[in-house]
Amino acid sequence: MTEILLEVKNLVKHYPSVKAVNGIDIALPAGICFGLLGPNGAGKTTTIEILEGIVAATSGDILYKSDVPGDRFRKEAGIMFQSTALQDYITVRETLQMFARFYPKNANIDELVKRCNLTEYLDQDNRALSGGQRQRLLLAIALVNDPDIIFLDEPTTGLDPQARRNFWDLINDIKADGKTIILTTHYMDEAYTLCDEIAIMDHGRIIAHGTPKELLAAHFNDVVLQLPATAVEGFDMSSLNAHSRDDHIEITTCDVNQVIASLIKSNVSLAQLQIRSRTLDDLFLELTGKELRM
Amino acid sequence: MVFTRFLALLNTRNKEFLRDRSSLGWNILMPVLIVAGFSFAFSGDIGKQFKVGVINQNLASSVSQKFMQLKHIEFYQVDDFERAVSKVERHQVDMLLDAEKQQYWINTESPSGYLVEKVLLGVDNSGFHKQSVSGKQIRYIDWVIPGILSMNMMFSALFGVGFVIVRYRKNGMLKRLKATPISAFEYLSAQIVSRMILIMLVTAFVFYATNYFVGFVMNGSYASLFLVFALGALSMISLGLVIAARITSEEAAGGLLNLFSWPMMFFSGVWFSLEGAAPLMQAIAEVFPLTHVTAAARAIMIDGAGLIDVGYHITVLLSQSIVFLLFGSWYFRWD
Repeated sequence: MTEILLEVKNLVKHYPSVKAVNGIDIALPAGICFGLLGPNGAGKTTTIEILEGIVAATSGDILYKSDVPGDRFRKEAGIMFQSTALQDYITVRETLQMFARFYPKNANIDELVKRCNLTEYLDQDNRALSGGQRQRLLLAIALVNDPDIIFLDEPTTGLDPQARRNFWDLINDIKADGKTIILTTHYMDEAYTLCDEIAIMDHGRIIAHGTPKELLAAHFNDVVLQLPATAVEGFDMSSLNAHSRDDHIEITTCDVNQVIASLIKSNVSLAQLQIRSRTLDDLFLELTGKELRM
Repeated sequence: MVFTRFLALLNTRNKEFLRDRSSLGWNILMPVLIVAGFSFAFSGDIGKQFKVGVINQNLASSVSQKFMQLKHIEFYQVDDFERAVSKVERHQVDMLLDAEKQQYWINTESPSGYLVEKVLLGVDNSGFHKQSVSGKQIRYIDWVIPGILSMNMMFSALFGVGFVIVRYRKNGMLKRLKATPISAFEYLSAQIVSRMILIMLVTAFVFYATNYFVGFVMNGSYASLFLVFALGALSMISLGLVIAARITSEEAAGGLLNLFSWPMMFFSGVWFSLEGAAPLMQAIAEVFPLTHVTAAARAIMIDGAGLIDVGYHITVLLSQSIVFLLFGSWYFRWD
């Protein structure tokens, strides 16, 4: 049986004006990447900050390696916040050295620098780092103590697509070492690519939980046909399960042949027709009624 | 406390300060410029007003009262005779007058003393008895230097610690540190020790630089002065910690730090003596750490006082440091 590294029971966090976390349960096996998804205000950052020991819960239990998180947890956890300032006038090397000295156990700093692609910036002032370099340094800081559990709170927000892909490679690399990762993200493709398990949060509750494939299979058995909105202008779509999304029309169906036949019969141009499987974006929309990237 | 963690924080904070050239430059340059400015401004005794200390003011004879009604001479009540005579010796007071016995003390080497004596005798030249003292003049610059050094220390302590902690809290740096095994005690200790080292180094540099250019009196022990400045720095850094313990806005911190630093700057005896000031003002000044650092440093530098002589100020500074430190550590929040 897989060891449960982190267990959360009926976690609640109430602020005077809002119930940020409203009774959630998580059992996190060692060695997986767990994704916590949700729109802004869903309670995922509050949840992750409670797990990190930054925010106190109103009620509920958290067990790390079957024990209440304490000094051991702080030594064995690696944390990358959504936004963290670094000290001015200090170089990348000095920043890593400082954090390394906070912990009794350290990762090999040279290997960490190479892995996070920081070699050529080692003597650069923190102030001079680009967004991607900065995120890689923050990840390196989170890994400096060779942690057993790593919290990554929206680690790729604000990065350009290439930097985001590079960051995914890094996280996959860490996963390959058998580390346990808790990741929050706004990006469904990121969750799908990186996470072994995901939980979707809304209004402080977990509304769906499982592997991405399990969740998709449980909620959908259809596919989506996409056409530009201009291609169906003037055509009666009432007999199809169609709705508009951005600048195109999406038709969901379990019988692709029948829909295509119907479109051909109506003389709709299929030149730009695309057929895709259901994604986590669709699942999210289905469950919360909200677009994810807000 | 884990010493390696404390040292890591201390080392990084020192580097951060020393590499911030503009901040370091102002810490050194500002007091030197103030001293240079005062040295220039008071080099010619421009706008001088004569000052006479008065013993037994309430029992003043009619002749003494007539003298004390003269304009353009500042009269103040003397409670400590020995100290007042010492001030006449140093040209800090032009004359000491016993209003009841019609006896006066002047420094025979003081031109101002000579002039005030002529004025006194012009009022009545028969009933006053002269006592002569002598001694080297203490210039205003000699008198004000301990206060300026202390004041510079105050700004560095309050803003250098208080403001920095609030900035770190606001930008999330403290939150990141909270997620590591370091304790609040280790973090605050590193901040205090770092700022103390830097304050003492900067103060020593400013002391020698201003002494080189202006030249001022230093009659006491350097070790005693070091101890007083170190305690003064500790008490004011601790006050900075109290102010910054929970504030999350730099604007609020700036306002609060100014609320503490400006009254201290004006009412702690840095620029003018509190002798003769209103009792309420003296009582308020007594609460300020800057009052005690300035008074103790001045006593050591000008009077050559020893640690026992300034024991009261040392006790107050030490007590304030302990109270501020305990309260600041207890009240401190990472986020």
